Amino acid sequence: MTTARTLPVASALRMLRTMRIIRDFEDAAGAALRDGHARGSVHQYTGEEAIATGVCFNLTRADFVSSYHRGHGHAIAKGVSPARMMQELYGRAGGTSGGKGGSMHIADFSCGMLGANGVVPDGVTIAVGAAQAFKMQKRAAIMVAFFGDGALNRGPLFEAFNWAKLFELPVLFVCEDNGYSVTLRTRDVTGGPAPIERVKSFGIPAETVNGNDVIEVEAAARRLIAEVRAGGGPRYLHAHTYRWQGHLAHDRGLYRDPAEVEAAKRDDCIVNAERWLTQQGVEAAVLAEVDGEAKQIIASAVAEALAAPWPDTAQVFTDVQDIGSPARAAARRWSGSAS
Amino acid sequence: MSVMTYAEAGCLALRQEMERDPNVWALGEDLGPEGGTSGQYRGLQKLFGPQRIVDTPISESMIMSAAIGSALMGMRPVAELRFADFALCAADEIINQAAKVRYMLGGQARVPLTIRAPIGMRSGMAAQHSQSVENFWVATAGLVVVASATPADNHGLLKAAIRADDPVVFMEHKELWQSTGQVDADAAPIELGKAAIRRAGRDITLISWSSTANACVAAAETLATQGVAAEVIDLRTLWPWDRDCVFDSIEKTGRVLVAHESTRAGGFGGELVAEIAEAFHGKLKARPMRLGSPRVPVPYSKPLEDMCRVGAVEIAAAALKLFETKV
Repeated sequence: MTTARTLPVASALRMLRTMRIIRDFEDAAGAALRDGHARGSVHQYTGEEAIATGVCFNLTRADFVSSYHRGHGHAIAKGVSPARMMQELYGRAGGTSGGKGGSMHIADFSCGMLGANGVVPDGVTIAVGAAQAFKMQKRAAIMVAFFGDGALNRGPLFEAFNWAKLFELPVLFVCEDNGYSVTLRTRDVTGGPAPIERVKSFGIPAETVNGNDVIEVEAAARRLIAEVRAGGGPRYLHAHTYRWQGHLAHDRGLYRDPAEVEAAKRDDCIVNAERWLTQQGVEAAVLAEVDGEAKQIIASAVAEALAAPWPDTAQVFTDVQDIGSPARAAARRWSGSAS
Repeated sequence: MSVMTYAEAGCLALRQEMERDPNVWALGEDLGPEGGTSGQYRGLQKLFGPQRIVDTPISESMIMSAAIGSALMGMRPVAELRFADFALCAADEIINQAAKVRYMLGGQARVPLTIRAPIGMRSGMAAQHSQSVENFWVATAGLVVVASATPADNHGLLKAAIRADDPVVFMEHKELWQSTGQVDADAAPIELGKAAIRRAGRDITLISWSSTANACVAAAETLATQGVAAEVIDLRTLWPWDRDCVFDSIEKTGRVLVAHESTRAGGFGGELVAEIAEAFHGKLKARPMRLGSPRVPVPYSKPLEDMCRVGAVEIAAAALKLFETKV
């Protein structure tokens, strides 16, 4: 991979800003879980920010992305409001799903975020279906499906690869290989050659990048997305990275060698991007300004979420289904009166 | 009005909906030249082309996911799963995704999707091709659950399912494909959630759906010869079931028997009888009763398979018992 191509400094600064916002969001999300403001599970994307950022930098508002349980980064990179996302984590009415989905179901169709997903690899298979709709509708849009390396051992993913190739659908698959399938090393639970060989066997052109280098990710994604847009069928990007945190925010990741974690943190995608910008002559004050701006955005998102109203409890019965809606039956069934 | 088979009636409904709405498309195995397992797609690929009647690999997860993903993007897919047994290969996509997406995303999107998953025994197909799993879908919030028993209903209900903005599990019956009946091609879609009174009567209410509803009609004829006027309710939509129709009938008859082909244990009849018992406690003339198949895998050999069937003879005999005993 070459990084010799000159990326405009302004573009790199925008990507740095996105990565900073994602990282600060994840820190705040972890804190929210510890403090009891967020519930259930929060899967942090810390350390992997360059992938969502570099890929989504090449997308338009009409394009869609789909994600998985570790989905905050993709949502932010696609333009979802961090304030509304934080409200969703806090379970508030103003959240992206009105508080009905939480961290694993953040979506915003208005800016092309099809949704995080709680089941591996359903975000990918559904994304392929969305791409099929784009093709049928002759829509000028493409689909990007993000998933982790753990998904490479789930059968439906291979149905998706075959399907996308069979119908030559406008989809870019992006595997974020952080090396772990929950607590197990993916390589310890995987047979056969490198996973990318599986993808190539479907006839899908595939590339590998350093997922901790946003400049490299952006360049590869730009190339592959152009091919997808041109009607060339599916493409696959395999990005190597590392998950700084445990699988979940309350998972301390003690199954990993601390030296391994420390080494990964020295290959920080944000530090790498700042180094590149410095080499291009960007001054430290400008970088600090980006940092400050991101911190401000997240601080106000947290403050807003804390003050935001809870959902009306009647919402528990809405948006289930139109025909046989429990909202209509609720008065009768849950009022405490017998039938 | 014309006479057609249950398969032809379903085929007609899909053709009409595809002509009416360019967003309707169907996908599944063997739909094109083969015309579906039983001719329910015959000729449609010639009419609409392979982009709208899409032949797929044997990939149930992807069939369902493609349907869901396209529905989220504004299409109106009909996903063919061949047999309800194989719908279980896509149970994750149906239960975890299709049924819940709208709710999980706070109402941002709907999943207007028809899942065709035929239920029931098909003589001699044995345990993995004979199941009636409607109770799985009824237990899943977000799904509308429909079962048709006649050609006319297969036509009208399928049209309604395709037009619905909810995910609808549409259960045809594997042994009804070649059954015939009068169908009005111009009939309006049948409102989902509305039962049909297939035969009126004042003495006992027989409640059923799908093929067993036809058995109830036959049982009612037998009962009539013995002086019992049975009212037969074909629920047609299992969720939401037509509480008004069922309760009005029981109010009148005071006796109720629910019959279905799925297992008696854990079957939807249990839920119906529980609701009826809560509402009519002390008011019934006899205990409410359920008939269903035994909780065994459906066997292959004919005398064994027959042991699992709930037919007109069993229904009539059970109904008569409710006139012998007083609760």
